[in-house]
Amino acid sequence: MTMLTVSVYRYNPDTDDKPYMQDFQVDTEGRDLMVLNVIMMIQEQDASVVFRRSCREGVCGSDGVNMNGRNGLTCITPLSQVVKNNKLVLRPLPGLPVIRDLIVDMQMFYRQYESIQPYLQNNTTPPAIERLQSPEDRDKLDGLYECILCACCSTSCPSFWWNPDKFVGPAGLLQAYRFLADSRDEYTKERLARLDDPFSVFRCRGIMNCVSVCPKGLNPTHAIGKIREMLMTQAT
Amino acid sequence: MVTMITNLGRSGLSDWLVQRISAVVLALYTLFLVAYVLFHPGLDYLTWSALFESTAMRIFTLAALLSIAAHAWIGLWTIFTDYVKCTRLRLVLQVVVVLALFTFVIWSVQVLWGA
Ligand code: SF4
Ligand code: SF4
Ligand code: FES
Repeated sequence: MTMLTVSVYRYNPDTDDKPYMQDFQVDTEGRDLMVLNVIMMIQEQDASVVFRRSCREGVCGSDGVNMNGRNGLTCITPLSQVVKNNKLVLRPLPGLPVIRDLIVDMQMFYRQYESIQPYLQNNTTPPAIERLQSPEDRDKLDGLYECILCACCSTSCPSFWWNPDKFVGPAGLLQAYRFLADSRDEYTKERLARLDDPFSVFRCRGIMNCVSVCPKGLNPTHAIGKIREMLMTQAT
Repeated sequence: MVTMITNLGRSGLSDWLVQRISAVVLALYTLFLVAYVLFHPGLDYLTWSALFESTAMRIFTLAALLSIAAHAWIGLWTIFTDYVKCTRLRLVLQVVVVLALFTFVIWSVQVLWGA
């Protein structure tokens, strides 16, 4: 028997006055399981523990959780990466309202995503088949389009914690740049004008928490720097 | 797009630029003063006041003062809007800071160009 102590954040607004931590003992048989497997074993012990997950292979982005103080996707995070002193603490993503246990309300996150207009805008009549891009232009989207909107980055960003209604946050800004960088989009000027206030982009303080947690290895800070550069070029 | 009326410039970009430029001015001014003191061991009142007699030094000092005012305002405005969620308290703090910075600038001009 190789027992692991897992401390889980519990909160059910219907029955609990306030959140509390509940300890579970899980027998891992010495295997280096993914954290998601461990949560599922916990659910076998206590079916009232709830969490989100879907693809279990790091593609859907639904199981972002704070594991021993670090945000990540439970399905692709092996125990060996997060467990310290045989103990694992699981909490919901910080900074967003908790719906129940490990499930957070992502509305503020999605609202910021919506604010950057995450779709191509182009008024030129489309050609018969499709709008083409040169391979070089297509390359500019690498490192941007891969985002799965898991919110691990934005919910580890202090600037997003303090102003989730005004600061777009790393995930939204990475996507903002994805459309600014796209050769098929014609609304660059309008997009930049929507970002040029003291909060949307400029509340980023370059702390780089976003970069250090992104499970897809993306770099929102770099994209934010690019947006600043574009704003600067446009204004001077 | 978030609209605010209390930040220094009208756009995030201008605040950001002013913050960086004022930082450079302040760094240069600090380096200059430190170097001046190091190269003048046994510095006395006459040399020191002669330094501030020259127009170039006065302009440099005024630039540093204005930089402090702008830099401090942008920095503190950011901190207040991050951490002070009560609007009334935030407004009071902002007014206090503006008055203090305004006083410092006027007072320093008086010191520089006064008798
Ligand atoms: S940038 Fe990375 S951490 Fe942020 S939402 Fe996208 S995939 Fe998740
Ligand atoms: S670099 Fe910017 S967006 Fe990323 S965590 Fe830091 S403040 Fe947030
Ligand atoms: S379950 Fe889909 S990313 Fe983890």
